[in-house]
Amino acid sequence: MRRVRAPFLPALLVLMALVALFPILKGDPSLREELFLVFMLVTLASSINIIMGYTGYVSFGHIVFFGIGGYIAFWLMYSFNVHFLLAAVAAAIPAAAIAALIGIPILRLRGAYFALATIGINEAMRSFVTNFEPFGGAVGMFFNFSVYDTYGGAKASGQLAYYAMVGIALATIAASYAVKRSKFGLSLMAIREDQDVAMVVGIDPARAKVVAYVISAFFPALAGATFFFKNGIIEPGHAFDLLRSIESLVMVVLGGIGTVAGPIVGAAVYEWLRGSLITSPLLANFQLFLAGLLLLVTVLFVTAGLVGWLRERFPVLRSYVQ
Amino acid sequence: MSLDALIPSAVDGLMLGFVYGLAAMGLTLIFGVMKVINLSHGPLITLGMFVVLVLSTSLGVNPYIGLVVAVLVGLVFGAIIYLVAVDRVINAPELTTLLATFSVNLMIVGVGTAVFTTSPRAVDVDLGALRGGGVTVLGTHAVAVAIAILVAGALYGFLFRTRVGKSIRAVANNRSAAELMGIDSRRMLALAFGIGAALAMTSGALLSTLFSFTILSGTTYEIKSFVIVVLGGLGNPAGALVGGVVIGLLEGLTTVFIPVSWVPVLEYVSFVLILLVRPAGLLGSRA
Repeated sequence: MRRVRAPFLPALLVLMALVALFPILKGDPSLREELFLVFMLVTLASSINIIMGYTGYVSFGHIVFFGIGGYIAFWLMYSFNVHFLLAAVAAAIPAAAIAALIGIPILRLRGAYFALATIGINEAMRSFVTNFEPFGGAVGMFFNFSVYDTYGGAKASGQLAYYAMVGIALATIAASYAVKRSKFGLSLMAIREDQDVAMVVGIDPARAKVVAYVISAFFPALAGATFFFKNGIIEPGHAFDLLRSIESLVMVVLGGIGTVAGPIVGAAVYEWLRGSLITSPLLANFQLFLAGLLLLVTVLFVTAGLVGWLRERFPVLRSYVQ
Repeated sequence: MSLDALIPSAVDGLMLGFVYGLAAMGLTLIFGVMKVINLSHGPLITLGMFVVLVLSTSLGVNPYIGLVVAVLVGLVFGAIIYLVAVDRVINAPELTTLLATFSVNLMIVGVGTAVFTTSPRAVDVDLGALRGGGVTVLGTHAVAVAIAILVAGALYGFLFRTRVGKSIRAVANNRSAAELMGIDSRRMLALAFGIGAALAMTSGALLSTLFSFTILSGTTYEIKSFVIVVLGGLGNPAGALVGGVVIGLLEGLTTVFIPVSWVPVLEYVSFVLILLVRPAGLLGSRA
């Protein structure tokens, strides 16, 4: 019995790539800026989904890997003139290693204790970097504009950062899909449903969880490196911003926790909503309030998120949308 | 290191610790009763500050009467938060209640920012100062400590001596068994959430008499409350008060030895270590 599987992943990646090309073809720099942010949020939300959606561990302080990646890459570019692409990869590897190191002890904690520990780690890292002089301390670091000359000026650097971010987002989605469809993904979901039973059927939960955590740390580190390269300035409050971490969680829940497409939909909807609220003079001040209200309604009434709801409502979609 | 610098810092830290502890008691009470980490804790602290501020600046009400109002507002508002945002998802996985309370956090901060902006505020109170043995204690600090201890004592009296308090503890212990004994568990949980919120707002009201603040100040105290709660054992109110004093003392004393900016590093690192080594808290398991 072979079922023809719908080519979900290629279709999704092509669709995202087409959206990414749109501002380039249209020559619209402000749209490109917006999409840069959306692709970054897709990366963050989708990474969190791997540890939270598949494995069931709520990583509240996940932004710590975004910050670590950003700082290491920035420092390499700033102090040693390392090429951006090399610096990004060189930053993501230690970030993933750090995830393995802290993952081994903290993933033993369950439920609320794990969530609290991840907040603690992010805050510890933020306050440490604030005091760490090689990284510029509380003031942070900023580029001299000549840094961008290597890449053909500031404008070309912006382009490069955009393509890099799109690439990272596509890679994250591909990884998220690969994990979900693999045997490894099944073992993660088994841990999510019942860790003790998972252990009985021969899964090594400790190992599987750490691997998932490392994967989910790698991509935010790349995104951090790219974001701060383009930004030209990095400082602790911006790199380890707990609110951004929680916003990414909101996007996952909004789009549909544990689905591949959910974080993309969630990030796009959240960002679109924020964009339209900020520009409305009446609602600009109540932007946070409405974000909270939206979150509450989703949590209380649409637990499965947008993608999950669609899958429930239209069973036909279940074989097409992951 | 001279003793002259040490003692005043220790006294300052100790006194502040009681106020921190009071806030943390609210957080830990809610967790102890219903296993919910209240992520709207910080904004509730801020709300306590602004109740005092609004009453004293617009109506000229004494800050300590404002504090009583803050307690009442906290009780009612906390119960409403429970009934609207938490009750429906009380048995869902942690993430759901975390996000539900965080949505309340966003809403409070959203409305607060729109109404009050994020500019710094201060409540003007002067109760003189007590001097003795090279230590100066501001009147506001002394009163804050007295009120914190009083409220903590009242909470214990309520939980252990009254019928309603015992019902709350029964629900915390075993909700279905409490239901079978004829306790309206939903009402008890709403009340417990109300008390937790009232504690947060009380400590906010007290903090407003000590420091200047903005609508976003709550976050700092919220994270401090997490540290304290874990130190004292998640779900243990007495532990929270002791944990608060420990953190207060630590903050006061370490600033004598290391630069102030390193204190948070120490705090958060020990927070994570305690979670890893003794998740039940340094002060034993829950009461």
